[in-house]
Amino acid sequence: MSAHNEKPMKLKLHVWRQRSPQQPGEMKEYALDNVDAHMSFLEMMDVLNEQLANNGEEPVAFDHDCREGICGMCSMVINGQPHGGHKGVTTCQLHMRHFSDGDDIYVEPWRAKAFPVLRDLVVDRSSLDRIIQAGGYVSVNTGGTPDANALPIPKTEADQAMDAAACIGCGACVAACKNSSAMLFMSAKVSHLGHLPQGQAERYSRVKAMVQQMDAEGFGNCSNLSQCEAACPKEISSKVIAELNRDFLKGSWRGE
Amino acid sequence: MKLDSKIPSGPLANKWSKHKQESMLVNPANKRKFRVIVVGTGLAGSSAAASLSELGYNVDAFCFQDSPRRAHSIAAQGGINAAKNYQNDGDSVHRLFYDTIKGGDFRAREANVHRLAEVSTSIIDQCTAQGVPFARDYGGLLSNRSFGGAQVSRTFYARGQTGQQLLIGAYQALSRQIYSGNVNMHARHEMLELVVVDGHARGIVTRNLVDGRIEAFAADAVVLATGGYGNVFYLSTNAKGCNVTANIRAFRKGAAFANPCYTQIHPTCIPVSGDYQSKLTLMSESLRNDGRVWVPKKKEDLSKNPASIAEADRDYYLERKYPSYGNLCPRDIASRAAKQVCDEGRGIGPAGRGVYLDFADAISRFGKKVIAERYGNLFDMYATITGEDPYEVPMRIYPAVHYSMGGLWVDYNLMSNLPGLHVIGEANFSDHGANRLGASALMQGLADGYFVLPYTIGHYLATAKQPKVSTEHPEFKKALADAEARLKKLLSLKGKRTPDSFHRELGLLMWNKCGMARNARGLKELLQEIPALRERFWRELVIRGDAASMNVDLEKAGRVADFMEFSELLVRDALDRDESCGGHFREEHQTEEGEAKRNDAEFLHVSAWEYQGEGQAPLRHKEPLNYEEIKLQTRSYK
Repeated sequence: MSAHNEKPMKLKLHVWRQRSPQQPGEMKEYALDNVDAHMSFLEMMDVLNEQLANNGEEPVAFDHDCREGICGMCSMVINGQPHGGHKGVTTCQLHMRHFSDGDDIYVEPWRAKAFPVLRDLVVDRSSLDRIIQAGGYVSVNTGGTPDANALPIPKTEADQAMDAAACIGCGACVAACKNSSAMLFMSAKVSHLGHLPQGQAERYSRVKAMVQQMDAEGFGNCSNLSQCEAACPKEISSKVIAELNRDFLKGSWRGE
Repeated sequence: MKLDSKIPSGPLANKWSKHKQESMLVNPANKRKFRVIVVGTGLAGSSAAASLSELGYNVDAFCFQDSPRRAHSIAAQGGINAAKNYQNDGDSVHRLFYDTIKGGDFRAREANVHRLAEVSTSIIDQCTAQGVPFARDYGGLLSNRSFGGAQVSRTFYARGQTGQQLLIGAYQALSRQIYSGNVNMHARHEMLELVVVDGHARGIVTRNLVDGRIEAFAADAVVLATGGYGNVFYLSTNAKGCNVTANIRAFRKGAAFANPCYTQIHPTCIPVSGDYQSKLTLMSESLRNDGRVWVPKKKEDLSKNPASIAEADRDYYLERKYPSYGNLCPRDIASRAAKQVCDEGRGIGPAGRGVYLDFADAISRFGKKVIAERYGNLFDMYATITGEDPYEVPMRIYPAVHYSMGGLWVDYNLMSNLPGLHVIGEANFSDHGANRLGASALMQGLADGYFVLPYTIGHYLATAKQPKVSTEHPEFKKALADAEARLKKLLSLKGKRTPDSFHRELGLLMWNKCGMARNARGLKELLQEIPALRERFWRELVIRGDAASMNVDLEKAGRVADFMEFSELLVRDALDRDESCGGHFREEHQTEEGEAKRNDAEFLHVSAWEYQGEGQAPLRHKEPLNYEEIKLQTRSYK
């Protein structure tokens, strides 16, 4: 059904298909008619999957969950750009009105050594979890914490912490970086906690532990080109990387 | 079945401290001898898994997403309530308790809700210590906003991403415990069976969603933190993966399901735009502070440009019907009123299911800049999704399924009637009665996980005295075989239809006859239509691919099969509860003005349903609600 005045679009999709991490993958072509401009990109993929299933083919596997731009699960490189390259938008919030009748659309998974493909467009991002596990927290147990207003925090500091904490952990920054570096993701956490008094006790040990983990996972070094910032659906500034570098250096001087 | 709520005796305000005093403890050296399974890693699951691990218990945690940080608690926007009284505006534990009971239309347990209000203050302290960046005033202290159903400002928030920040806090606490080795995290695992040994919950069976492996896990206790069942309606504000599988599997093993008919419909969501629609997106309730809700008076105006419709030809129906609350009347009332005008054929937009939320007056009064400061991010989100500019044309909104007040029955210890099976967060039924107030879901999830379960599960473990079991036990073997047989049966079907197509059909049935308004005739029809649809599902379904690899349609099919079963239970409860209360509106029971009419004489109880076997009607038990502290009243918003 198209209840709108726009004419339904015909699209040619080129989608990465890969059965398992061990098997090689390839781009496959699918023709899709009747695409409504008001569909989200993932709803268009739902329609493709329904069409595939009705033709006796296996649907395209892709990660998705909240479909409102906050869970960080969706992860597609669309026409060469993570999340499609629109400012501040995740794949699930990208709508088909940005495409035109007759378009060719290329859909690929995040590509990085630290993100092995599991199937089709689904990659394993547990490496990001392990970076957080290495030190991306304040070490407090439940209970016995002081009153929340016991420690005033300047609004500007709290706001900067929140700017960095807005990261949804999707990994678009890694997919955009020619070195597949996780610097923006990791620095966002370092900046978030580094701007708060609660984060000071472990400030330098945290940076060191997280950087070591990032290296161990096979992410590359920072390219200094800020492609990560351009690709970030939450528009996190690459200045957080400078903050991480400062703390890393300061930590090594202090011998932590 | 015996339903003992185990509410402690004594004055309401002392019950929780008395109960903690009387609970048995497990000494630190013995804690490491116990293993606890936690299913789900939203606010309740993550906070529980982290806290239990910190205490020294071994924890196996599970989520179906690729990371525990993705659980749908993350999408909560508005805030979290706590009785801190930082604003000096007369808030107190008792006032939060009272507002929550009244908001729930007097269908929640007093003792549970009072405890929730008591521990609410500790949650804010805990989260702040973890580094949750709550909004602050210029003096550096925490800021608050007001929410529906309260006359004080007690809602703490982190911009429009409060759920995200609280969940990341709990996720980081959990990550620290994973690093310590005390928590085994199993992401991309879905629970398929609960294992019960000698009447106690002792483990689960899961499917690894990457390679299809079916595995069993044994423990000394099982905690379900598996969220709500809003997706039984297919279209809802829930994430795509939210499902009722864990809860219905537990129900089939003997856990009672309480008040399944209590579902919350949120009035301000972006309406359905076509058959391809996969989910609905919420627009914050705060918009109704400045937006005016209306539809055209005349049907011939429906397709006109709204700006061209004369003031006299508009029906500002909320202002007309509820002059004292106007556009800010409560959620259930605003939702029903929108449905009513659309049923009259005056709904706007595609399919006629929508009403205008118009900011033109506010923009001309305050200017575009002020409105942008107040709601800029919401206006942007609306524009991204609809392609329309709400500064220029009115928003189109419609109610959508949002939250499940019902859930598995639990006692005061958050334990179900099955010993060892604990249920926390949205997955249980305990704190919100028939309607949840805004900013209370986050409060309950974290209260259960950080500050209630860690105490009460210790008492269970100290007193249960069950022998250790391994996955070699025959009950585990049987549960494994059952899970495998079920998958095999799904894969053997040689029909033509996909799981999604059945899910949509079920959702539409439920929404039309068991949604915002329900009546006995429609519910009775559903009790014929759902089994017929279920029968077709088990005949006409087809799943491509196999069980030994990632198979998204197989995952969906299992969840839809469970929704097919659960929907009937929900409808049965809605038919049985022959009164209107909160989010449950039976058309037969309304006042002359069309408001919900409770029947305290007959329905002042929790309905807890017990499974009776395949093809058998479940049995309804009643847990009476005893109000010692509060006097029952009628809610009015005229």
